[in-house]
Amino acid sequence: MSLRRIYAIMRKEFIQISRDVRSLLIIFAIPLILLFIYGYAVNLDVKHIPLCIYDRDGSQDSQDLLKAFQATEYFNIVHLARDYPDVVRQIDTGASAIAIVIPVRFSQDLRQGGGTSVQAILDASDSNSASIGLGYAQGIVAAYSSRVQVDWARHRGAAPPVPPIDIRARTWFNEDLESMANIVPGVVALVMAVVGAFLTSLTIAREWERGTMEQLISTPVQPLEIQIGKLVPYFLIGMSDTALCAVLGVRWFGVPFRGSWPLLFGSSALFLIVVLSLGYWMSVTAKSQLAASQFALVATFLPTFLLSGFLFPIDQMPLVVQFITRILPARYYITILRNIFLKGTPVSLFAGQFVALVIYAFVLVALATRAFHKRLE
Amino acid sequence: MKFLQALGRIRHMLIKEFLQTFRDPHTRFVLIAPPVIQMMVFGYAATLEVKHVQFAVMDHDNTQESREFISRLSASRYFDLQLHAQRKEELRAGIDRGDFLLGIEIDSGFAQDLRGPKGAQVQVIVDSTNSNTALVGLGYVTQIGQAFAQTYQQDRIRRTDPQLMGVIPHVELIERPWFNEGFDSRWYFVPGVIGNLMLVMVMNLTAFAVVREREIGTLEQIMVTPIRRWEFILGKTLPFFLIGVFDAGLISLVGTFWFGVPFRGSVVVLAGSTMVFLLSSLGVGLFISTISANQQQAMVSAFFFIMPATTLSGFGTPISSMPPFFQKLTYLDPLRYFMIVLRSVYLKGVGFDVLWPQIAAMAVFAFVLLSISILRFHKSLE
Repeated sequence: MSLRRIYAIMRKEFIQISRDVRSLLIIFAIPLILLFIYGYAVNLDVKHIPLCIYDRDGSQDSQDLLKAFQATEYFNIVHLARDYPDVVRQIDTGASAIAIVIPVRFSQDLRQGGGTSVQAILDASDSNSASIGLGYAQGIVAAYSSRVQVDWARHRGAAPPVPPIDIRARTWFNEDLESMANIVPGVVALVMAVVGAFLTSLTIAREWERGTMEQLISTPVQPLEIQIGKLVPYFLIGMSDTALCAVLGVRWFGVPFRGSWPLLFGSSALFLIVVLSLGYWMSVTAKSQLAASQFALVATFLPTFLLSGFLFPIDQMPLVVQFITRILPARYYITILRNIFLKGTPVSLFAGQFVALVIYAFVLVALATRAFHKRLE
Repeated sequence: MKFLQALGRIRHMLIKEFLQTFRDPHTRFVLIAPPVIQMMVFGYAATLEVKHVQFAVMDHDNTQESREFISRLSASRYFDLQLHAQRKEELRAGIDRGDFLLGIEIDSGFAQDLRGPKGAQVQVIVDSTNSNTALVGLGYVTQIGQAFAQTYQQDRIRRTDPQLMGVIPHVELIERPWFNEGFDSRWYFVPGVIGNLMLVMVMNLTAFAVVREREIGTLEQIMVTPIRRWEFILGKTLPFFLIGVFDAGLISLVGTFWFGVPFRGSVVVLAGSTMVFLLSSLGVGLFISTISANQQQAMVSAFFFIMPATTLSGFGTPISSMPPFFQKLTYLDPLRYFMIVLRSVYLKGVGFDVLWPQIAAMAVFAFVLLSISILRFHKSLE
């Protein structure tokens, strides 16, 4: 082990990285773009659902009901249908997600007393939006129905019926239900996976492909020295990307930060060592940049993307998939991040996650070191 | 004659590309396994359904009414009762540890208040770390609570004043879900996964294609051959197009036969639009390849495109809920059109008469990007 030789490799790697300004810029732009898109564009709160109305009654009562649909931000009335085929076409083309059909005798039935009904035709191919939209529509119709009842009771001089139950919700950890608080830890982990595994998956494969490996082999440098020298620059890039995401998330997007910064950087460094070694190992094994990057995609990026809770909650996945997630280091890192950002629970509650990451780090560093041989074939 | 010569040159190029691609066992593996693995994992993981949410309850009323309310919750497929807590601290600690997501507090006097003029109250505490689950879960509690209240009220009216039942006016909403009667989330996401995988794979492969020759120095050798640049580009991309078509077929079969997503449209419509989409993905990849100096640049640039392209395509969240600026931005995303085509063909079974605008948009993308790439690619070393 010679520090001088490690330094030489490191310097070479740094020069190589800094010459490729575009790659470097993109690496720092990716977290910004991700935060920007997830912060402003993506919204799981379903709003402005395109709505089509087919009012076959055309009475004052039906208009009142439609006004209630118009008044909420959950629906945008985009079309007034003239006939039934018109409704079908709206749903088929996807121009409207829901069609509300008011029957001919709507007003008459209501005046005579007793029940009447309104139909909601849903494009349920998007099942999530459809069921949330259906919930909103049911709420609007229920509110309209109880308004009608109150009017009716007042007319008869009776006491108005009261809604007998009131559900009071209190949310913890993420009080405003801002999805951003969930996304920032995910983006941090995702960026780590991209920088860590993707970039390093190319480093050794590149030397093989360009033929410069031969030159490297002929120098007195030791395998472990190459490994350290090659990985340190990416480690530093990864850590600064993490800091960028975390600061931006907390300062700009107002994500809570309830844990401690040393804990954040400590666990990030640990996770980074895991993914860097993984990328390096693939690079050594694959010897082609295309194959190595594809391996890295499947092994690190995808699991991190799926487990970061960006979109899909883990506890809703089938048990087999949930079990697979337990094998992946990303899962432990994300649990730690969630705790640091949102809960600020004491370290002792997630010490197990730390231990798991340490074990992974040891195993992967050993694997990567053993896989590399200073031989041409 | 000239045309035949061109065909001959393209044929040689094709043979070279196929040999190069299939000689490396790692690359061979990369072409088949990742799409199928990803299809399986994504197909299982991609769901926004909220079911079997663990919850705890602290029932200080302990009457027939409160127990009825709780059993309505635990009997539904959305909630699983995990704990009967005695004190508030137990609820708090359990949510802290992540043992359950919801805590329900029923104070004493619940049953009395149900009959009183003010109505009864139920407190729900929810761990909203995952805001979608929290939002949907709360929605279910409210729905179940309302249904419970309604039955309770009707029962009371029926007992106290049976004549009132027939005359009291009320409006109800009848739901008619089309295309996905069981609200199965997988039916929606699996076709979407096909689009994502096709884009990522074909684009990545082509992004590496030209720049790889440049990086390892073999582009120089090709330049001295009589091949023309459009012939070179065609020879480069055709193999990836064919691989893309093959993989698309493979994962579509997985979608239909493994995940059981109904296929209601026509295979011709799906195949035709998939090919147009593959061309536009090739165009993006090729464009990246012509503007990159080495494979690392190509990879990060491809990534730079993929991340926004998949999120803005409407794959995970509906485009109609995005802010207007981003809604306009989605028109620049070829995947947006393909998402609509895939889901419509699979679930709605519509044909060209409805989908032609989407297919036309993808064709425009393919044409523009491929033309730019051919024009940008020069047979010179600089």
